Amino acid sequence: MKRREHAAEGGAGRSRKRRVPLVKLAHARSGDKGDTANVGLIALKPEYYPILVKHVTAARVARHFKGMISGPVERYELPNLHALNFLLHGALDGGGTISLKTDAQGKVFSTALLRLELELPR
Amino acid sequence: MKPQPASVRIAAGQGFWGDWLEAPYRQVTGGPVDYLMMDYLAEVTMSILQKQKSRDPSLGYAKDFIPLMERILPIAAERRIKITANAGGVNPRGCAQAVADTARRLRLGGKRRIGVVSGDDLLGRLDGLLARGHELRNLDTGRPLSDVRDRVLSANAYLGAWPVVEALRGGADVVVTGRVTDTGLTLAPMIHAFGWRPDAWDLLAAGTVAGHTIECGAQCSGGNCLVDWERIPDLANVGYPIVDAAPDGTFEIFKHPGTGGRISVAGVTEQLVYEMGNPAEYITPDCIADFTTIRLQQRGKDRVRVSGVRGRPATDKLKVSIGYFYGYKAVGTLVYAWPDAYEKARAADRILRQRLADLGLRFEAVLTEFVGADATHGPLARAAAPPDHLPEVQLRIGVRSPDRAAVERFTREIAPLILNGPPSVTGFAGGRPKPEEIVAYWPALLEKHVVEPCVEVVEV
Repeated sequence: MKRREHAAEGGAGRSRKRRVPLVKLAHARSGDKGDTANVGLIALKPEYYPILVKHVTAARVARHFKGMISGPVERYELPNLHALNFLLHGALDGGGTISLKTDAQGKVFSTALLRLELELPR
Repeated sequence: MKPQPASVRIAAGQGFWGDWLEAPYRQVTGGPVDYLMMDYLAEVTMSILQKQKSRDPSLGYAKDFIPLMERILPIAAERRIKITANAGGVNPRGCAQAVADTARRLRLGGKRRIGVVSGDDLLGRLDGLLARGHELRNLDTGRPLSDVRDRVLSANAYLGAWPVVEALRGGADVVVTGRVTDTGLTLAPMIHAFGWRPDAWDLLAAGTVAGHTIECGAQCSGGNCLVDWERIPDLANVGYPIVDAAPDGTFEIFKHPGTGGRISVAGVTEQLVYEMGNPAEYITPDCIADFTTIRLQQRGKDRVRVSGVRGRPATDKLKVSIGYFYGYKAVGTLVYAWPDAYEKARAADRILRQRLADLGLRFEAVLTEFVGADATHGPLARAAAPPDHLPEVQLRIGVRSPDRAAVERFTREIAPLILNGPPSVTGFAGGRPKPEEIVAYWPALLEKHVVEPCVEVVEV
């Protein structure tokens, strides 16, 4: 796995952290239930799963999608599949047939979540 | 009693109405299978079909199921492959009749039995149900159905596997259903083959997981698969998934030899989490399946074993899918070219919005997206890739209103921008957008005992 590493905000001198794009740690698939999009986030390797559990919290995901969803974010854990399931409420402009969005069924919220960058200890 | 088979193979042929027409044919010819399962119904499909039926009482089912049966029935008869499909929509009897006519034309008379599962259609019973205190409150908003009663176009309870099992026990070779759950169409053959009991919750949950895994067709065999996508071989020739189930509830997902695509733990996992709510409570009419108990294991190339599934007793309610008239919408697009493509599209959006306001048109929603810049990932995309130097941007603007006239007027405001708005604009060959009726989805719950599934088996 190629891993692009950056100095965290504030400069390398001050921080002992590195920024890792979530897309390097996980893959994902998303879908819809009414006005809620779900994103299943799956660790690319089992050893990445604890990193996802610790760092990709519901609060972190809600911050990531700020301005894109109108409701809360829920998170469920599936340790057996090394996966997390996120429900993004109010994500689809009413959802289904009501929605005017290109992505009315939330199909690419999956890769939108993978744009998240984690700050991990070096 | 007939001996219990050691395994049963159930092949997915359609993941939705409009899926690849070649898939079911390839599933019945590509290698040995016992069942062909085809899922046709999405939430909104029932309303579309109800509308067709109101114009012509002989319609209201997935019409392209009939030419498909014409192609497949002789092969299925020869190879003793049974078929389960919810292609019946809001007229399963009409659909079964058309299948029977086709079978006779193919000289399969006397050799085929067709099962029909109905009783899911509640449209004619709604007022009685409401009068008896069934409020059919919207599961998302909590509002009672009486809010929109006069606009309801369709109402169907989700039936589970058991009526399909009854049809199979009655000797049906083809089971045509109304609104039976996607998972029930796969679970039913397993119950029938292995004689699973109605309270064997772990087994029923396992069959439900099997159904969920293959209900979207190739989406678990390499299609729409993100992980390592560019190395998934030969999607042009993609093999649709097949469940190879054992009486103990374990099963393997595989595909026919020589087909493209890929069946891997990662790909099956993607499908398992698709459209998932609370993974510990996947609720169907048949059971509650706990997806946090599923074990996956790669068993050689393109073969994944699924085991460990635990289930709990079904609830005493059925989900009801109600379609109701909501209003109108229209979406118009124009394409702006370099230089300043994004800025030109933004300017056009501002101009259009001002004109709509000056006309005094009111909309419930006006939504603008810039395809190529931010349509799918919104501000996240703009932050990652500033849209200043894009070669082209599509302006996509949509409106929604209860007032058809307002939406109609909007559709006439797009084309003028070509000559009286920002420059370097093209991509309008499709003409003026058409106002579209919105049929919205109203999910509700209803006590199970109120719904009476009806099962018939007719000899062709």
